[in-house]
Amino acid sequence: MDMNQYLEVFIDESKEHLQTCSEQLLELEKSPSDLAIVNEIFRSAHTLKGMSATMGYEDLAKLTHEMENVLDAIRNQKIVLGSEIFDVIFQAVDDLEAMVMSIAEGGDGKRDVSRVVGQLQLIETGESSPISIVKLETAATAAPVNQTDIKSSYDEFELTVLQQSKEQGFESYEITVGLREDCLLKAARVYMVFEVLEKVGEVIKSTPSAEALEEEQFDQEFTVTVITKESSSDLQKKIMKVSEVQKAEISAIDLDKLRFRADEGVVGSTIIAPEAAEEKPEMLQPQEEMKKKTSTARQANNKTIRVNIERLDILMNLFEELVIDRGRLEQISRDLNNQELDETVERMSRISGDLQNIILNMRMMPVDTVFNRFPKMVRTLARDLNKKINLDIIGAETELDRTVIDEIGDPLVHLLRNAIDHGVETPEVRLADGKSEEGTVVLRAYHSGNHVFIEITDDGAGVSRDRVLKKALGNGIISEQMAAALTDKQVYELLFASGFSTAETISGVSGRGVGLDVVKNTIESLGGSISINSTEGEGSTFLIQLPLTLSIISVMLVEIQREKFAIPLSSIIETAIIRKQEIMYAHNQQVIDFRGKVLPLLFLKDIFEVPVFEEEDEFLSIVIVRKGDKMAGLAVDSFIGQQEIVLKSLGNYLSYAFAISGATILGDGQVALIVDCNALIK
Amino acid sequence: MSIQAAGEEVKVIVFQIMDKEYAIPVHQVRAIEKVLHLTRVPRTVPFIKGVINLRGVITPIIDLRSRFELEETVYTESTRIIIVSMEDMEVGIIVDAANDVIDIPAIDIEPQPEVVGTAEAEYISGVAKVEKRLLILVNLEKVLKHEQGRESIGMEG
Repeated sequence: MDMNQYLEVFIDESKEHLQTCSEQLLELEKSPSDLAIVNEIFRSAHTLKGMSATMGYEDLAKLTHEMENVLDAIRNQKIVLGSEIFDVIFQAVDDLEAMVMSIAEGGDGKRDVSRVVGQLQLIETGESSPISIVKLETAATAAPVNQTDIKSSYDEFELTVLQQSKEQGFESYEITVGLREDCLLKAARVYMVFEVLEKVGEVIKSTPSAEALEEEQFDQEFTVTVITKESSSDLQKKIMKVSEVQKAEISAIDLDKLRFRADEGVVGSTIIAPEAAEEKPEMLQPQEEMKKKTSTARQANNKTIRVNIERLDILMNLFEELVIDRGRLEQISRDLNNQELDETVERMSRISGDLQNIILNMRMMPVDTVFNRFPKMVRTLARDLNKKINLDIIGAETELDRTVIDEIGDPLVHLLRNAIDHGVETPEVRLADGKSEEGTVVLRAYHSGNHVFIEITDDGAGVSRDRVLKKALGNGIISEQMAAALTDKQVYELLFASGFSTAETISGVSGRGVGLDVVKNTIESLGGSISINSTEGEGSTFLIQLPLTLSIISVMLVEIQREKFAIPLSSIIETAIIRKQEIMYAHNQQVIDFRGKVLPLLFLKDIFEVPVFEEEDEFLSIVIVRKGDKMAGLAVDSFIGQQEIVLKSLGNYLSYAFAISGATILGDGQVALIVDCNALIK
Repeated sequence: MSIQAAGEEVKVIVFQIMDKEYAIPVHQVRAIEKVLHLTRVPRTVPFIKGVINLRGVITPIIDLRSRFELEETVYTESTRIIIVSMEDMEVGIIVDAANDVIDIPAIDIEPQPEVVGTAEAEYISGVAKVEKRLLILVNLEKVLKHEQGRESIGMEG
């Protein structure tokens, strides 16, 4: 069978399962006795094994299989968890990740896993000879039970439910449904069978479990237990109506027989049964709850669908075209001044505004998709550096446009590595400084206005002003005179200067020749900004500000002579009109007085070398813009107005233009350039 | 541009600049447009005249007269923008007129004459004589290339 059509789903789901594995492993490390966590990991590993075996990735399947064995032993408390076992399992997860990545990149997912497999086997066999015997024994005792015509075994709770339903006049059936061998969408058929059954009664049990069925982890057959008032022949007919179902064997459940079996298996269950009968109302509740649980689970499944990101991109592109035409229509209707046209266009604008919100929201992803790989990374790093580090992640549910998400990963990795390598001290130094042995790195994301902020705070050594200055002087970034005059904040800004790296010894962790300047560039290219705050001895905080979305932004359109430029609203503080006489001079720089502050005044006409056709009048239109806490006034000829525009790049050929961050198409079909205020304010 | 085997023909678009006829292979051409509204891009190289909106795509425009260091003129009714594509870029080229598509037998294409000595010489990949016309084959790769140094500084800064 051609597996390619499933490859994408396989990769996505494998990544999810691996993510669960590593998250849960970290949890488990904190509370090693919590077997529920082991179960969680086991389930993920098991699913992964099944999937990779189906897809024919043998190495992947082999490694997960070994991992599963070890996990099983842990689950059955045959192996005591120690740190070396964690290391091996983490290593295994790393290998698995590498293999899945290789498959995702079009590789064959092959990798030499023999070492890790060997280690896993060692762990397993270290104490496993008794286990296997125990296993054999249980298998032996289980065998005769399975020979009866009833295929599923029931626990006490399920038996009670069966008992009660019988008392209420329901019949219990066990139905074995067989699907055709060439059935492709097994999960869908399962779903349809369940739907049929749930119309007429209640499914109380399925073998394999409902989750396993959903993930298609069964061959051609599965067994469900239902309670219903329908007759068995009616049930059979209904199930057979589902296409690709080959057979439906229905057998009534003989409760006495079951009870007898249960008695054998679990001593004392008979005592519970009569009690249960008395406590009917109470016992009904769990049944109800169960019903609710299954129905909500199903609803949740129905409410989300997987959509290929490419499709969303296409939708976004089409919508961008629409926004451009909307602008054009608005302009035409203004020119024509026809009331009916005006109304229609206005309505269309409103609707497309709503549509825009929905599409933008669809593209939003929680930052968790980036953050989730950090705990493992931090753990490995801390171990490599012999440091004790606790990573706190706050606000992982904060959402960002996926274009931003895609880009933000590397800068964050860099900053985190930085915080761990240069920020947090070794346990000895920390103890000597009177701090707790364990350093804390906080990664926090939150919304504010039209921006998302990401903070990385460590309680480490902080930035040393002297060291930064010494280094900057050594690298020739600043001169002696400048050094003395710089404020602390300005000194910290030096960290972002290109060609700067404070680590005195180049370690493998950070300082591989790419400095914070690369981080800064990446973030600025996303339309964001980064700043640092630090107190020596107490730690540092890096604050990243990011726009919510990159593709559609609000701008102020301005006119300079005969050219139109767009200034992003996110940089604008306000606009003003001043008389020419109000311009003052300070050190050859034209400045204006703005609410008691002196701001440099930049003439965009000069900066952009705009050809002059008309003489300017006595009044100047000023746009006050900011970058961080610095402000400047941009002098333009006139304001046109505020508009939503679609950000377009200038293309590969013009990848760089001074102080221009992109372009947009206006309502009249002309191109307007977008002013990059960050480049104008130094 | 590779020299084709004998007997094969190269289909080219012929355009004029200052009475001379130039040609580029048709497979490099995406479209030929009349002059649309040009938006100037400040502080870039002089021969990049700006960008246009080409059916929703922002396309940079080069003036070939300026690129060949010839005297620039005002655009007229016959001025055309030839949209060419190279690698992953689409760029428009302003020419005085573009009005012909012809097949040149590959055998008629001669390498560029050694002694030319003008700015345009370095952008030429060969010449072809078809009937009584002399067609100058333009090397697009060289025409489009501009100081990469400036670009990379910009990216880092």
